Amino acid sequence: MATPKHTLVALVEDKPGVLTRMASLFRRRGFNIESIAVGHSELPHLSRMTIVISGPTGIVEQVRKQVDKIIDVVKVIEINDDDMIARELALIKVNANSTTRSEIMQIVDIFRANIVNVTAESVTVEATGDEEKIESLCKLLGGFGIKELARTGRIAMNRSS
Amino acid sequence: MKMTGAQIICETMMKEGVEVIFGILGGAILPLYDTLSQFPKLRHVLVRHEQGAAHAAEGYARATGKVGVCFATSGPGATNLVTGIANAFLDSVSMVIITAQVARQFIGRDAFQEVDITGITQPITKHNYLVMDANALAKTLKEAFYLASTGRPGPVLIDVPKDVFTDEVEYHLPQQIDHPGYKPTLQGHPAQIKKAAKLINEARQPLILAGRGVNISGGDAELKQLAETAQIPVVTTLLGIGSFPENHILSFGMIGMHGMAYANMAVNNTDLLIAIGMRFDDRATAKVSGFAPKARIIHIDIDPAEIGKNVRVDVPIVGDVKTVLKELNKAVPSKQHLEWFNQLDTWRKEHPALLNITGDGLLPQSVVGRIYDVTGGEAIIVTGVGQHQMWAAQHYYFDKPNTLISSGGLGTMGYGLPAAIGAKIGMPDKTVWCIDGDGSFQMNIQELATMAQEKTAVKIAILNNGYLGMVRQWQDLFYEKRYVATPLSGPDFVKVAEAYGISALRVKHNEEITPALEQAMAEDGPFLIDFMVEPEENVYPMIAPGATLSEIIEAPKKEEVVWPHPSTP
Repeated sequence: MATPKHTLVALVEDKPGVLTRMASLFRRRGFNIESIAVGHSELPHLSRMTIVISGPTGIVEQVRKQVDKIIDVVKVIEINDDDMIARELALIKVNANSTTRSEIMQIVDIFRANIVNVTAESVTVEATGDEEKIESLCKLLGGFGIKELARTGRIAMNRSS
Repeated sequence: MKMTGAQIICETMMKEGVEVIFGILGGAILPLYDTLSQFPKLRHVLVRHEQGAAHAAEGYARATGKVGVCFATSGPGATNLVTGIANAFLDSVSMVIITAQVARQFIGRDAFQEVDITGITQPITKHNYLVMDANALAKTLKEAFYLASTGRPGPVLIDVPKDVFTDEVEYHLPQQIDHPGYKPTLQGHPAQIKKAAKLINEARQPLILAGRGVNISGGDAELKQLAETAQIPVVTTLLGIGSFPENHILSFGMIGMHGMAYANMAVNNTDLLIAIGMRFDDRATAKVSGFAPKARIIHIDIDPAEIGKNVRVDVPIVGDVKTVLKELNKAVPSKQHLEWFNQLDTWRKEHPALLNITGDGLLPQSVVGRIYDVTGGEAIIVTGVGQHQMWAAQHYYFDKPNTLISSGGLGTMGYGLPAAIGAKIGMPDKTVWCIDGDGSFQMNIQELATMAQEKTAVKIAILNNGYLGMVRQWQDLFYEKRYVATPLSGPDFVKVAEAYGISALRVKHNEEITPALEQAMAEDGPFLIDFMVEPEENVYPMIAPGATLSEIIEAPKKEEVVWPHPSTP
C-alpha cells in the first residue's frame, strides 16, 4: 500500500465543527487521515492543524481548495517534503528489568531521547523527531517488548517563510 | 435595549430586509412564532411540509435575488428541510434557515424531537451554527445573511435551542462582518484577464458557455456586450438559461444531456470555450474526457475550488462574473467570426430542436410552446424534475435572467409547486407558470393547500403522461422497454385541485390547449390544467449516460420540422 502522503497545514478558528467539516471532505474524496495534530497558534482564537493524508496526488490541490472554502478555515497550505520541517513526539513504554534497563538507556541516549518514568517492570521513553527516527527507535526497543505506544502525529512548518 | 432571543432574530431579519418567511411551527420553535405577532411586517407563509418551505424560500430567492428564509421546528421539522437545503446548496441559492433545537439542557440526550441538524446538514450548507448563547444571536444572524448572499451563494442554517429564544439579553448588532476565513475574490486578476483577452482575440471558433453564475451576479448585460462585440456564439447550461436572450441570433441554446444538437456540436468544435459562472456538471459536459476536445478553456468563476475540478482549464479567472466581464470587455476588441457562425447556423437549421409532429395526440412540447405564446415569453417558468423540465427548457424561449427556476444539481422531483409559490410571492406582478409532470407534482402535491390559503395565483400545467416519464424513457432506450415501476396511476388532478378550491381543467386535444391556457391566465387566482399528453413521448436530443457530447441521439421522427419556434410563422 504505497499511497502517497501529503501534509496540509491549516490555520483554523477555534470553533466547533471545523474538524468534522474537514474530515468529511477528505472522506468524500477518498483520502485517509494518517495523523492530525492541533494546538494553539501564534494568533489568538486561531489554531494550527497539521494533517497528514494519504490518497491520490492528482486531487490534493482540489481537496485543499475545498478545505479552504470552509468558513472557519482561515488558510490552508500543502507543504512539500523538501521544504518541510516536521517533528512528532512519541511516548514509548518498554518492558525493562534490572538487566535490560542499562541497554535501553544506551539506545535512548543514542537517539537523544529521554526517559520520563521508570518502574520495576518498565521504562517510559519520550522521543522527538521525524517519523523515520521514531520508527527506528521503536524497532530497536521492540526487542524488549513495547507495552504501550502513543504518537502525536506530525506537526510541520515550511522552512522558508 | 433588552430583547429576547426570538425578538433579536425577528428584529435582525427586519434589518436585513426580510419580507417573507416560509415554514411550519412545532413545539421547540413556538417561542419564535409567538414573537412573530410583534412583527407584522414579517409575512409568514404556512406550508404543508417543511420540504415545501425550503423549496418555496428557494423559489423566492431565485425569482427576486434576495435571501430566502424558512423556519422549521426541531427533529422531523428540521430533517424534512434536508432535501430542500441540499437543492439550494447544489444550485448555489442564498437561503437562511432557522431551525429550533431542544432546550440546551436536553441537547445530546436524545430528547423528544431532537436531532443533530447541524451535523446532518454540515455537507449541504455553506455554513451552519448551533447558537448556545442569546448574546451571539445578532452577530450570527447578520453573518448568516452575509455568507448566504455573498461570494458563491448558498444555504446557511442556524439552529437555536428553545430556551435561547426566550433568554433576554442586550441587543447589539455589529456594523459589519469581518470573518478572517471568508474573503471572496471579486476582482479578476488583471494578468489573467489579459491572457483571456489574448486568447479570445486569437480564436477562430470561440464559444461562450454561460451558467447560473451569470444570472446570480447580474452580469447578463456584460455577457451580451462581450458576445456582440466579439461576435461570439453563446450556449448555456440548464441553470444558465436566461442569462443570454434565447431569441438573440448568437444564442445557440442549452448544451448537455438534453441540449440542442447544434449547441453540443458547437462545444465539440470550438477552439476556445469561455465558460462563465458554471461548474462543468456531468449533465452538461457528458463524458468529460470527450468534452470540448479541440478547445482551450477560459473559466471564470467566483469559487476557486471549481477551477480544474472536473475539466482542465487553460486560463482560470477567479472573481465575480459581472466584475470580471466588465474588465474583460475593456480588453476585447470588436471582431467577426462569420465562417464559424455560418457553420453553427447551418447546424441549427439541419438539426432543429423543435420537432413538431402533427397528429391526434397531445404533445407535451406543443403545450410548452403554447404557454410561451400566451405569456408572450414574459412569465417566470418553474419546473419540477423530469421530462417536462427538459421540454420546458427546450421549448420556451427565455429572454430574461432568472425566468427559469428549476432544480438543476440535485434534480429534486417535487420542486416545482413549492418553488413556484415562493417565486409568485416574491414577484406578485409576474405571471408564474409551474410546468410539472404527474410524477413530480405528486411529490409535493400537499402545497396546493398553501397556494389556496395564500391565494397565490400560480398557474399550473401538468404534463400528464401516466409515467415517471424520464425514467420510462431510460427504460425504453437502455433497458429494453421493461417499464418496471414507472407506470403511474395518478389521481384525478382536476378533482384534487377543486377539493382545494382551485379552479382546474382537463385538456385532451390540441385545439383545446390555447383556450385552456387563456382561461387560466384570465382567472384571478391559481389555476391548474391537467394536460393528458402522449404517454410515450421521449425527450430529444439526448446524450446517453457515459457517452460524449458528440454522440447525439436525435428524435427518430422528422416530419413537420419547424424552426426556430413552432409559433413563428
